[in-house]
Amino acid sequence: MDELARDLSRDLDAAFPRLVEHMSPRLYWGLRRMTGDGSHAEDLTQEALIRVYRALRDYPADRIEALRLEGWVWTIALNIGRNHLRDRTRRPTLVEETRDPVDFDPEPADTAAWQERLASLSRPQRTAVVLRHVVGLGIPEIAEATGRPEGTCKADIHRGLAKLKTIMEAEDDH
Amino acid sequence: MTIEQQLAELLGDRAPDRISEATALGTGLADGYDFYESPVGDIVVTFNPRGVSSVTLASEDYEDYFRSRFGRPLLRADAPGAWGRLIPERIEAGSPGRLPVDLRSVTEFQEEVLMQAASIPKGEVRPYGWLAVKVGNPKAARAVGSTMARNPIPLIIPCHRVVRSDGHIGAYSLGGPEQKWQLLTVEGARPDDLEDLAARHVRYLGNTSTGIFCHPTCRAIRRSKVENVEEVRDTRQAQELGYRPCSLCQPV
Repeated sequence: MDELARDLSRDLDAAFPRLVEHMSPRLYWGLRRMTGDGSHAEDLTQEALIRVYRALRDYPADRIEALRLEGWVWTIALNIGRNHLRDRTRRPTLVEETRDPVDFDPEPADTAAWQERLASLSRPQRTAVVLRHVVGLGIPEIAEATGRPEGTCKADIHRGLAKLKTIMEAEDDH
Repeated sequence: MTIEQQLAELLGDRAPDRISEATALGTGLADGYDFYESPVGDIVVTFNPRGVSSVTLASEDYEDYFRSRFGRPLLRADAPGAWGRLIPERIEAGSPGRLPVDLRSVTEFQEEVLMQAASIPKGEVRPYGWLAVKVGNPKAARAVGSTMARNPIPLIIPCHRVVRSDGHIGAYSLGGPEQKWQLLTVEGARPDDLEDLAARHVRYLGNTSTGIFCHPTCRAIRRSKVENVEEVRDTRQAQELGYRPCSLCQPV
């Protein structure tokens, strides 16, 4: 990612597709786990990547190079999730022509159950657990992305996991 | 498996392809395209968040053309909601109006010339030399001609209303001279009359009753009574005959 940040600072348009390639599965699946809604996750991911591009276009090279890219991209994505999607009328919208609706790996099995378990966590816990264990972000990145202190993030993850464990044990009892 | 391991499996390998395509459109790293009708047949209009970027005949290899000229890929898309609905009416009008246009592909001089050409009213024509004077560079008639040949957005930026300095209709980039002829006919500019005047070296028409001279397609001279219209070869002759230039078409 450091190398990518450097390349983005030198030639944004040439390097940006690599950022899209790297970040879109993480954003999409992470947001899908947080929201439980595939098409909403898709919209949020697009919007986040477009805002990331615009921000990078306005930043000086040294600022781009110094970015902790993944945490910063997630900050933008979570902000959009909090606010509403806006400003879409100024962009062209893709027309899907004869596209197979399932053109990427379908849902791994048993995710419906997981979706339900995650939905029972509080929002900060769910966000922190998904970022840590689904997306694989480090604590400093999670703190940056959520705007909460590292200690709070760790506590959210800890309590979130504990709650998931309780839920699963209760499932086993039935 | 631990809970942590199970959670890690909830991350898919890939995102839907639509995400990278829609992102490319939204950032302007790719342009969208759609089909429209025009007096010269079906056309392809391309656009990005900055505005309309090109117009080509649908019968041509528009994807290859676009990529080689603009260096970006094309994706089938609907034009932006904020101004996309203006496209058909601006094709019909033959001027950008409030439709945003993306002219990053041309130089600053060329952009100035193109926007000046966009001010030529429908049904009228102006010579290259006139445009050169209007952009403050009377010697640039040839550069104006090559700018018209490179107009990325024909029809909406009406380069078909720009004719040779000798008054002949001349070449056209969207197809060829027949298409230019056809467009001018549809707009009521009567290209055969213009060719006839050009062949006789008549550049202007004067109104003997008002003492004003015009470009032959100017709406002021077209409203004049036929018996008052006099053929004028050039500005020098107009001066000798005591004519003043029309304030509408500003012959120079």
